Amino acid sequence: MVLKIFFPQCCNTADSGLLVGRWIPGHNSAVVLAVIHYPFIPGQVKKYLSELQSQTQVDLTVLGSWSMPKEGQEGMDSFLKDLSTIFPQKSWIQLSREIGKTGFTCQVVQNNGKLLQDQEQKNGDDKIILIHYDQRKVMLSQLHPVQDVGQKSDVEPSELRLVFQTAAQSQPLFFLDKYDDGPLKLTHWQSEGREASIIAELLKQASVPVCIFLTWLLSLWHWLCSFRILYLRPVLFISSKLSTCVQSGYRAVHFQTVFSPKKATTHMDFMRKANTFVSFLVDMALGLLLISWLYRENRISKLADTLVPVADRVAKELQELLEWLMGAPAGLKMNRALDQVLGRFFLYHIHLWISYIHLMSPFIERILWYVGLSACLGLTFALSILSDIVALLTFHIYCFYVYGARLYCLKIYGLSSLWRLFRGKKWNVLRQRVDSCSYDLDQLFIGTLLFTILLFLLPTTALYYLVFTLLRLVVVLFQGVIHLSVDFINSFPLFAIGLRICRPYRLAEGVKFKVLCQEPGSPLHLMMEINPLKCSAVLQCYRTPTYSCYPKDSWAALCKKLFVGELIYPWKQKTTKTD
Amino acid sequence: MAEEEFTDINGNSISLDCQSHSAFCREFTVTSPKLSLRKVMIYTCFVWLFAYAVFFFTENTTVLSSAIILTLAGMMIHIHFVKVDHETLLIIGSLGVQLSSSYASGRESTIFIEMNKLKDIVINEAVYMHSIIYYLCILIKDPADPETVTSVVPLFPSSKPRLNCLVQMYRSCQEILAQSR
Repeated sequence: MVLKIFFPQCCNTADSGLLVGRWIPGHNSAVVLAVIHYPFIPGQVKKYLSELQSQTQVDLTVLGSWSMPKEGQEGMDSFLKDLSTIFPQKSWIQLSREIGKTGFTCQVVQNNGKLLQDQEQKNGDDKIILIHYDQRKVMLSQLHPVQDVGQKSDVEPSELRLVFQTAAQSQPLFFLDKYDDGPLKLTHWQSEGREASIIAELLKQASVPVCIFLTWLLSLWHWLCSFRILYLRPVLFISSKLSTCVQSGYRAVHFQTVFSPKKATTHMDFMRKANTFVSFLVDMALGLLLISWLYRENRISKLADTLVPVADRVAKELQELLEWLMGAPAGLKMNRALDQVLGRFFLYHIHLWISYIHLMSPFIERILWYVGLSACLGLTFALSILSDIVALLTFHIYCFYVYGARLYCLKIYGLSSLWRLFRGKKWNVLRQRVDSCSYDLDQLFIGTLLFTILLFLLPTTALYYLVFTLLRLVVVLFQGVIHLSVDFINSFPLFAIGLRICRPYRLAEGVKFKVLCQEPGSPLHLMMEINPLKCSAVLQCYRTPTYSCYPKDSWAALCKKLFVGELIYPWKQKTTKTD
Repeated sequence: MAEEEFTDINGNSISLDCQSHSAFCREFTVTSPKLSLRKVMIYTCFVWLFAYAVFFFTENTTVLSSAIILTLAGMMIHIHFVKVDHETLLIIGSLGVQLSSSYASGRESTIFIEMNKLKDIVINEAVYMHSIIYYLCILIKDPADPETVTSVVPLFPSSKPRLNCLVQMYRSCQEILAQSR
């Protein structure tokens, strides 16, 4: 069996000492985490290791000895061999390195005294692989697909996953260093002298009271929202339709996760928190940018001034459209009376709408000014408000669509039912099928008369329905585009992508090995590097779940609904979050 | 080290390099033929002559600049994402197998498959139109269920060496896999 030893790169130049690490259970391999230097007291070493074992739940042991003799330190070898009697092990690893040579020599002694050599002996089917790894990167890295340490899974974790977990869980081992004044002198990745940033530390300390304050603010908001008056039917209905309210509710839930003072325990929780926080910051920044652009040079009042003329223009265009329909549209001949009725009905609606707009026009600028300020809550808010304003301004198109659709729907149902009567059949409601039926003569007479009337009035109604459905679909398309962009801003994992670009070793898909050239007589040396996750996998894994708008019906169902005249609501918002 | 005359399934000559780092660690590198300068010149001349002809009729200089930009962008995309320079298979007994593709621009994409997920390395044959193609592939198993093959990973997908080359690599790999079982 091949013995694999994972050796940290930072210990390549360490002084002689004891190797401390962990034997990987179930595989014939060991992970070296640190080197304890001379002088040490074996009793203190054992005490320290058992303390750490209870702290980290990792079974740290003394694996063997490491010797890198400097001048005047010959004769260490026998001393090192005797150490194996003090720390009883299953196997005792003896690594040694000479200055000037790149390869290590390695000997493993079993506890029954048998010596394992790694030379190319005739009976040498026991071999050793030394795998060098960058300790800091492996400690900080997270292997994907993510499996939590505490969770019970049927699958045995693989060897590499255990190595990563060992390095990540052994953080308390890295607190003591060889430059500290403790009883033990250790070498590990901290010995290379990494600097910490004081700003990061100060921010970490300051974040706890800030989080507590923000959580209190949130609870205030929840108390406000729980007023009984807001649970009345009409208010509930309107607030479920207005995308601004939906977005604000959604953000409140986000804040609850982000600002909770509890520290994130698992990797996925931490990434979720970080992604939400960063995307909220970017959202606010973009919103403030938008405000600074809108309010500079008084653009917002210019916008308000053009709003009323635009609404007038739209109404005038609709009027011209109706006049065209009331004439001979596209050369088709309409039923004069019905045409006039429908046309006048819609024209009156437009007249009402225009009067309403003119009534509101003195207040529009003020309202728009204050509404524009709410964009400081984020770009998503501004877009939701835009979508709501568009919905309100095109409310008359929505009304026309509903009238046209209802008329058309009634006509189609009447026609289909009377067509069945024409052929002598009937719809059986109990059996949900078409049955034959014998009608009386007067029933047949009236039925045929009505059928003819409805049939000849069909083109007029159908044309009105077609025109207003197309207009409604244009508005729905525009709103859909806005919702899609809001959804994109909400769900894009900015923190994860930033981490992938700036610190690619944090999100690991796997590892890659490189063979290091070695001298003959030394074991195989491999260099283990972290293979970062692909960007598409990062997006897939860390997308924030949202209330995404998705088309409720497939294309075929939509076309069928349009044909029959049923009212369509193409975008359905999921009320519960998907994961 | 072994170098013989090998070709890929389309007849272009490739080279195989076997390195034995240790008794249980071997590395196979298959090198594809390099980007042919003649082809690049022909494509570029074709595109630019076409752009010049369009310019002759429309008198619009954006056609020329867009042709230049298109050629440059196309060439960069080709050497960075499409053209494979060499592919490597590194097999380390009782650790795993590493597949690596190196592109003409220097980019390397690597996959490492651990030994407990690896069921076997076999030569499989595929019938494509009128020809039978042999390819070396790795059978992947789920460690929880060792009998079923969950997926098949083909090796050397861009170089596509022929059977004589594959047989050599297969024998070497099987020696190492037999040791670690």
